[in-house]
Amino acid sequence: MPQLNQETKHKINFTLNGKAVSGYTEPRTLLSDFLRQEMALMGVHVSCEHGVCGSCTVQIDGKAVRSCLTFAVQVEGRAVDTVESLADENGELSDLQIAFRKHHGLQCGYCTPGILMSVEAFLEINPKPNEDEIREMLSGHICRCTGYTGMVKAIQDVVETR
Amino acid sequence: MKPNNFNYVRAESVDHVLSCLAEHGENARILAGGQSLIAMMNFRLVEPAYLIDISGLDELKEIKTNGNSVEISAAVTQAKVIAAADVNEHLSLLVDALPNVGHFQTRAKGTFCGSIAHSDPSSEQPLCFAILGGEAVLKSNRGERVLAASEFQTGMLATAREDDELLTSVRLPKQNPSAGHAFEEITRRQGDFAIVAIAVIADGENIRIGVGGVAGKPEVRDWDGLADSDIDDALNALAWELGDNEDIHASAKYRRQMVRRVGRRVIEEARKCRS
Repeated sequence: MPQLNQETKHKINFTLNGKAVSGYTEPRTLLSDFLRQEMALMGVHVSCEHGVCGSCTVQIDGKAVRSCLTFAVQVEGRAVDTVESLADENGELSDLQIAFRKHHGLQCGYCTPGILMSVEAFLEINPKPNEDEIREMLSGHICRCTGYTGMVKAIQDVVETR
Repeated sequence: MKPNNFNYVRAESVDHVLSCLAEHGENARILAGGQSLIAMMNFRLVEPAYLIDISGLDELKEIKTNGNSVEISAAVTQAKVIAAADVNEHLSLLVDALPNVGHFQTRAKGTFCGSIAHSDPSSEQPLCFAILGGEAVLKSNRGERVLAASEFQTGMLATAREDDELLTSVRLPKQNPSAGHAFEEITRRQGDFAIVAIAVIADGENIRIGVGGVAGKPEVRDWDGLADSDIDDALNALAWELGDNEDIHASAKYRRQMVRRVGRRVIEEARKCRS
């Protein structure tokens, strides 16, 4: 089906946090809204809705991207990962999440899911970043609580121990 | 904010895109990376009836070198441009300028050609396209046109692309390896659009300077054999020529001052990099 008409729900099939799933969506639905409202993944946080704040960042095929600047229909056949993919099935936090807690890399936590998904994608490309590179990557996220210092320490901690 | 309704077309080939554009061109938009377009749709500044998604077309994901130029196809992301061997070897200005485009997270999806088609005067890519003297390759069911950057860029968010045409690729001539270049921009925050962006290519005694963020489109000047003592006068004249663009980010006076100060610095840096 190359053309999906407006005001009609269309079935999309994709991989979500490692599992094959399907759902129904109108063309105009943003991936961020689809993940929250249809897939009930409340770790996808929505804030600015124009790609500036970074809170809605998820991974598509392993790349960190803004889910508010992607339509749900675009993930047909792709792999989407959200913050819910990080902890294991028993709720044990990942090393990155533990490091964020240890170094006070969050306060209110609203920006945190997006940042964690960025960091994981970033470390795949650049496993041994220096502080400038870490800060450049974090510039794609707005956090008004922490001043970023704790996040930088948490990421450096993970880089050293992985 | 949410976008208005539209019909979504998942393009299956360039020919499919061209036939959709021939039918709906006036009411259609091309979706490549969507990092500007979807933001504008979310604000309802843009409300296309048809959205034609080319992001899945493998035939538009190539970077190739033909003779003296490097050709970047329409669905190539900024992240891929920065990492490409052909670009690192022949177009090192892009390697300096593109890390200033948005953020790591938007460059993973945003495309080089999409930015050039969007033609935001404060974006880095139209400036690089202009100063490098690139060409835009436009295809439609009527045929193919190749336009020089100076013909393609017509103004603020405006290009010579017709409604039924697709910008399939951009060709950029290889930089002269003995010429020096430099790039610098003034922004409030890392990744923001440039208040003033300046690129310079210094080839022997010749200076080519490009300025973005001030006039309605990137402006390029060639100053051949200009004496060192005349550079400040030339920059001052250029600063006044670019008009009185003022917005919430900066006054016209501030922008003129940045053209003079940053311009001088970038020229000196580019000259140092000559070999």
